[in-house]
Amino acid sequence: MIATNHQWRQIKNACASSIFFVSAILVVAPLGLVFYYLLKNGASSINWAFFTKLPTPVGAAGGGMANAILGTMQLLCLAAGIGVPLGILGGVYLAEYGNNRGNSMLRFVADVLNGVPSIIWGVVVYGLAVLPFKGFSAYAGGLALGLMMIPLIMRTTEEVILLVPNGYREAALALGIPRRKVIIKIVMKTASKGIVTGILLALARVAGETAPLLFTAFGNRFWNHDLTQPIAALPLQIFTYAISPYEDWHRQAWAGALVLLMGIFVVNVSVRVLTRNRTRRGL
Amino acid sequence: MNGVLSEVPASPVVRSRISLAPPSAGKDKAFETLTLLASLAVVGLLFLVGWELISESNLSIRKFGFHFLTASTWDPVAEEYGALPFIYGTFMSSVIALIIAVPLSIGTAIYLTELAPRWIRQPLVSLIEMLAAIPSVILGLWGIFVLIPWLRVYPFAFLKQTLGWTPVFSGPIYGTSMLAGGVIVAIMIMPIITSVSREILRAVPDLQREAAYALGATRWEVTRLAVLSYARKGLFGAVILGLGRALGETMAITMVIGNTPQIAKSLFAPGYTLASVIANEFTEATTDLYVSALVEIGLVLLGITILANLLAQLLLRTVGGTTPARAAQ
Repeated sequence: MIATNHQWRQIKNACASSIFFVSAILVVAPLGLVFYYLLKNGASSINWAFFTKLPTPVGAAGGGMANAILGTMQLLCLAAGIGVPLGILGGVYLAEYGNNRGNSMLRFVADVLNGVPSIIWGVVVYGLAVLPFKGFSAYAGGLALGLMMIPLIMRTTEEVILLVPNGYREAALALGIPRRKVIIKIVMKTASKGIVTGILLALARVAGETAPLLFTAFGNRFWNHDLTQPIAALPLQIFTYAISPYEDWHRQAWAGALVLLMGIFVVNVSVRVLTRNRTRRGL
Repeated sequence: MNGVLSEVPASPVVRSRISLAPPSAGKDKAFETLTLLASLAVVGLLFLVGWELISESNLSIRKFGFHFLTASTWDPVAEEYGALPFIYGTFMSSVIALIIAVPLSIGTAIYLTELAPRWIRQPLVSLIEMLAAIPSVILGLWGIFVLIPWLRVYPFAFLKQTLGWTPVFSGPIYGTSMLAGGVIVAIMIMPIITSVSREILRAVPDLQREAAYALGATRWEVTRLAVLSYARKGLFGAVILGLGRALGETMAITMVIGNTPQIAKSLFAPGYTLASVIANEFTEATTDLYVSALVEIGLVLLGITILANLLAQLLLRTVGGTTPARAAQ
């Protein structure tokens, strides 16, 4: 009787273990599948023209996404111009100044802001930067992405600054160095690798955003010569091509998606390698 | 590490500062104020988002009032706007997503913290983080050309065969459907639920486990009695956080849900969500009322996602400090 009960418990244990193992495989499976199909359907369309040529009209073979790739870079630069300074300074405040209650409120708001759907940022920036200037523009797209970056960078900056041992601050302050210089020259310098990591991750995160760009950057079939005009972006182009009925465009969408995902993965992986060294050294 | 410390006293700039002038309190204050203002930007942004949406949707709010939320006609030609099909679509797709994603994600989190051999943990966590990094639009592309054709032939056909007598799985199978939308959203939210749950489970003290093992419990019994019951609240927070993401998911679901404003009984029928209708129709909206109605849809979406996020953050904060909330990014 006791033995069968024991066996029964062992069986349950084995069942539970295999269920958890299978669920882990199922969670990771989409990654492999997405990657496999991106390579299968996209790799053949990636060639020199893809990186150097403008998109061709429907029916004409060839062409590329050069303008969209450049557009995404431009948008990211604009976004960084807004998100990086505000995010870093805000993170410095959370880590170095203020009181516990106020700061935990600010953290709370930043986390809630992180949960605002990206499409909402598009609507808001449409009202802020598209309506008043009567047109879609690269600036509006950059603003939408930049605003999304603020809470992201703020939280990562805070976290890495808090990792800097207090002894550094105390030693520097004991030498009579003003607080702001202690923060900028010692604390932030020590944490600089982590801060850069946070910025890169935030950029990688917004680089793939499509929804906030739909009615801000809007997309463009040509080169953008003027940031007050609509601009192409890789995710927008992928979306337009994916929902189009043309085979040629589908192939381009796969190729674009492969390029975009590769870019994002390269940033993510290199950043993780950097952070791994950082944690090994204890900082 | 030492490099930084030894650098400081040696710096001539610093030395001259100390000897020539007292620390400048004014500049210090200015720097503090600058950082304060930057951190207050998040509060400002939250208000800005709310205010912008309310003021832009003013026209629609005054015209339709509360009726906007309960009316199910969406007819831009007749200037009649009701958000119910979209609210239904958003909730339904999120519920489907949670039904699929929650057991798998929490199972994975348990595998990662309780079962997996040590060498496999870090690679697996990295893979999950990479899954989280896949942009929505790429998942949507994959959804259209790979997932939907597969779903149609295998799982959908199977469901129709076995459960076709229920209204939920009746009707023709188009492929693009509420169910497909739910599946793609499930894939999108699995990484976040997994990584937050993992942080929660890791925060469970080892004493809990050791005590249960000491009583002779099997590994599953330890997990169920000592770990899961201890972490219940935090895991609930992780799920709600996933719900918040699911509600606001836009691109991938727009590409697979079929974009038809209807409340269909069958999950094989196409649907529409709050986020999708904005994404699809905002640039086409010609009249002021149309734009205003779409912005009001955005306001509804913001309202429910903020509610979900508030609840999630409160739950997560009471259990594990700031770590689980951080894992959410």
